[in-house]
Amino acid sequence: MGLGRTLLFRSFNMFLVLFATLFITVILLGPTLDKLLVEAMRNQVIDEINQRTLKFQNSEERLSYINKELQLRSKTFGLDQNSFTPSKLFYRIISVMTLDLGKSHFFTTDYGSSNVRDIIFEKVPKTLLLFTTSTLCVTVIGIVLGTYVAGKEGSWWDKLNSIFAIFSNSFPSWWVAMIMILVFAFTLHIFPARATPISSPSDSTYILDLLYHMALPLITLIIVSFGSWAYIVRYFLINILNEDFIFAKRTIGISRRKILYSHGLRNAGPPIATAVALSLASSFGGSIITEAVFDWPGMGKLYYDAIGLFDIPIIIGLTYISTVIFLVTIFITDISYTLLDPRVKGS
Amino acid sequence: MQKKLLIDLLRSRRGFIGISIIVFLLLVSAIAPLFIPIKSYILWNDPDYWINNPKTAAPFWTNIFGSKEFEHISLKKNDAKIVSESSDGIKIVNYEFKINMQSGSFPDDFMFLYTAKYGNIPPVLQIDINRPDNNNFTVYYSSLPSSSNINTTFSDRIFSTNKNVKEAMFQYQSLFKYPIANYEPQVLLFSDTDKPSVLKGTYQISEKFFLFDNSSIVDDIGLILGGKVFGIMGTDDLRRDLIVGIIWGTPIALFIGLTVAIFSISIGLIYGVIAGYRGKRTDETMMRINDIFYALPTLPLLILLSITFGRSIFLIIGFLMFFSWMGTAKIIRSIALQIRNFQYVEAAKLMGQSDLKVIFKHIIPQLLPLTFASVAISVPGAILGEAALSFIGLGDPSLPTWGQLLHDANTADAAPRGIWWWIVPPGMMIALTGLAFFLIGNTLDSIANPLRNKNKK
Repeated sequence: MGLGRTLLFRSFNMFLVLFATLFITVILLGPTLDKLLVEAMRNQVIDEINQRTLKFQNSEERLSYINKELQLRSKTFGLDQNSFTPSKLFYRIISVMTLDLGKSHFFTTDYGSSNVRDIIFEKVPKTLLLFTTSTLCVTVIGIVLGTYVAGKEGSWWDKLNSIFAIFSNSFPSWWVAMIMILVFAFTLHIFPARATPISSPSDSTYILDLLYHMALPLITLIIVSFGSWAYIVRYFLINILNEDFIFAKRTIGISRRKILYSHGLRNAGPPIATAVALSLASSFGGSIITEAVFDWPGMGKLYYDAIGLFDIPIIIGLTYISTVIFLVTIFITDISYTLLDPRVKGS
Repeated sequence: MQKKLLIDLLRSRRGFIGISIIVFLLLVSAIAPLFIPIKSYILWNDPDYWINNPKTAAPFWTNIFGSKEFEHISLKKNDAKIVSESSDGIKIVNYEFKINMQSGSFPDDFMFLYTAKYGNIPPVLQIDINRPDNNNFTVYYSSLPSSSNINTTFSDRIFSTNKNVKEAMFQYQSLFKYPIANYEPQVLLFSDTDKPSVLKGTYQISEKFFLFDNSSIVDDIGLILGGKVFGIMGTDDLRRDLIVGIIWGTPIALFIGLTVAIFSISIGLIYGVIAGYRGKRTDETMMRINDIFYALPTLPLLILLSITFGRSIFLIIGFLMFFSWMGTAKIIRSIALQIRNFQYVEAAKLMGQSDLKVIFKHIIPQLLPLTFASVAISVPGAILGEAALSFIGLGDPSLPTWGQLLHDANTADAAPRGIWWWIVPPGMMIALTGLAFFLIGNTLDSIANPLRNKNKK
C-alpha cells in the first residue's frame, strides 16, 4: 500500500469507528436524553408562566395549560416521536457531534456558564496538557531506557527493568495515584494532595500554580507506564539485533553503539509504534481515572463527578470527546508507523 | 499433552511462582465461606451490622512498631460483675466493668449498650466511672423513655457524642487544670487532671439501673471502647472490618477474571479460526469488523453501558467480555492462516471432511495450549477492568469487591488523610492476582506457542 492509500484507508476507518461509537451512544442514551429535555421544557414553561403572571382559576387549569404548551413544543422539537426513528437518530448524532447538548444541571465553567459545550471545552485543554506531557516524557524515557537495556541483554539492569515492567503492568494506575498522594502529600508534604489550583484562572501566577499542582499527577503517569514502554522497545530491538543484517554490519566494523541507536532503533520503529498505539489507547482510560483521584480539573474529574450525579448530557459529551481524542491518538501513531516503515516509503 | 504442559509450567520458575500465588488465592477464597459469616458479605453496606467495630482503626500489629495505641475493647454481659440490691420496692442492679488502661492513647469513642424490659414506670440508668485517681464521674443519669404498653422492650446505645454525656462533663471542670471545652468526653474520662494525657490504671465503669417494679428486668448490657487499632487489616469510616472485604473480594475477583477471560478467549478463538481458515473475502470482512471493535474506546463505552443497563455483576462481566475478544481473534487468525496450509489439514480436506469438522478436530486442538496461555494473560485485564468500573462508582454496589473498597476509600479522601490500611491491601491483592495470571500466561505462551516452537526447531 502506498502512503496516500494508507492515509485514506486509516481515516476512513477512524470515521467509521467514530460513527459506530456515536451510534451506540445515541441508541443507548437517546430515551434518557429525551426525558431530560421534556423535563427541562416543563421547567421553562413554568418559568414563563411565573414571569408573565398568567392568572388561572385553579390548579387544574394551570396544569392543563402547562401540558398543552408542553405538547405543542414537544411536537416542534420532535420530542413526541419515538427515540429510534431514523431522522431523529440522525439529528441526535449531529447534535452530539456539534456538542449541542443543552445545559448541565450540576456543573458550570469557571465563568459561570452551564452550557455543556463550554464546560467540556474548558476541561479538554487541561486533560490534553497532562496527557501529552506525560506521553512525551514516557516516550523519551522509554526509548532511551529500552535501548540501553537492549544493549546489555541479560544484565542486572535488564532484569530489573523487566521485573519493574511486569509489576507496573499489574498495578492499576489510579491505585498508584492514591499511593503517591499518601507518600508525597500526606507523609512528605512535598506536593499538594488536591491538584486543583487554588488561585483563580485570571491571576498572573495561575500558570505556575497549575504546573506545581500538575507535578504529582505527571510523575504518577510517568511512573506507571515508562516500565512497559522500555520493555516493548527492548523486546523488538533484541529481535532486530538477532537478524542477519545486523551481524553483517557488525562484521564490517560499524560500532556497537551506532548499530544499536541508529540501525537497530530505526528497524524496530514500526512494530514499536504499533505496540505503543495500543498501550497509549489503554493508558488514556487509566489517565482519566487518575485525574479523578488527583482532582486534576480535566475531563476525567468531570467524568467522575458527572457519573456520581448522573448528569447525562455531560456524560454523552465527554464520551464523544474522549472517543475523538482516543481515535486521533491511534491515527497519529498509525501515521507515524507508516512514515517509519521503510517498505511503505519505498513504494 | 495437557499433563505435560502442567509439568513444564511447574518446572519453570515463573510458572511456579504464579501457581503458588493462585493456590494461595484459592485458599483465601475457601476461607471466605467457611470461616467468615455469610452475613458479613450480604450486609457489607449495612452500617448497623458493623456498628460494634471502631471507626477508621489501624491494623492491630501497628502497635508493635511505634507508640502503643488504644486497642478495641468490647465487653458483654458475661464480663460484668453484677451486684443487685433492693430497698423500699426499688431494685438496683449494678453492672460493673473493670478496664485496665495501659495504652498511650485515648479511645476513639465509647458506647454503652443496654436492653431493658419494663412496664409503666421506666427504669433510670446511671453510668459512673471510677478512676485510678479516685475521682468519680457520673456521665449519664436519665430515665428510659416511658411507654403506655404494659410490656416494653427497649434497646439503645449511648454514644460518646450523646448530648447528656457532654453536658455531664462540664460539672467536673473544677477538677481539671486545663479548659475541658476543647476535649471530647472519651478523652476527658481517661485523662490526667493536670494535662490532657492518658491516666493509666484500673477504671471501674458501672451501669446502674433503678427498677421500680418487679416486672422490670435488664436483658442485656455491654460496653464498647472504640480502639485506634483493630483486627488484621483495620476498619474503614463505616466501621467495616477490612479483612472481611479483602477476603470476600478474592473469590469475586477470581470469578470475574476467569469467566471474562474464558468466554472472551473462546469467542476470539472461534472468530479467529473461522476468519483464518476461510480466508479470502470472509477473512477480509471479519478482520475489518475486528479492527473497528479494536478501536472502540473501551472505558467510555463501558461507562455508557453500565449507566444504561445497570450495575449487576453479571452485566459487568458481559460488557467486559464484549470488549476483550479482539486481540485473541487477531493472533489466532494469523496462526490459523498458517495451520490451514499444513499437510495434515489439507489431507483431511481432501478426504472430504466438512469444514466444521476440520476446524474442531484438526485446527482448534492445535491451538488449545496457546488458548490456555491467552486465558491466563487476559485474566488481569478483566480484573483491572472491573476494578476500574467499581472505582469510578459503576460497580455492583452490593458486593465488596477490591475496586469497591478503593472507591469508598477515594470518596472518603483516605489518601490525603493518610489512612493507608484502607488503600494498600486492596491494590496489592489486585496486583498479586494480576501478577500470578500474567506469570502463568507468559510461561504457558513460551511453552505452547506452536509457531514459536517450530521456529526454534
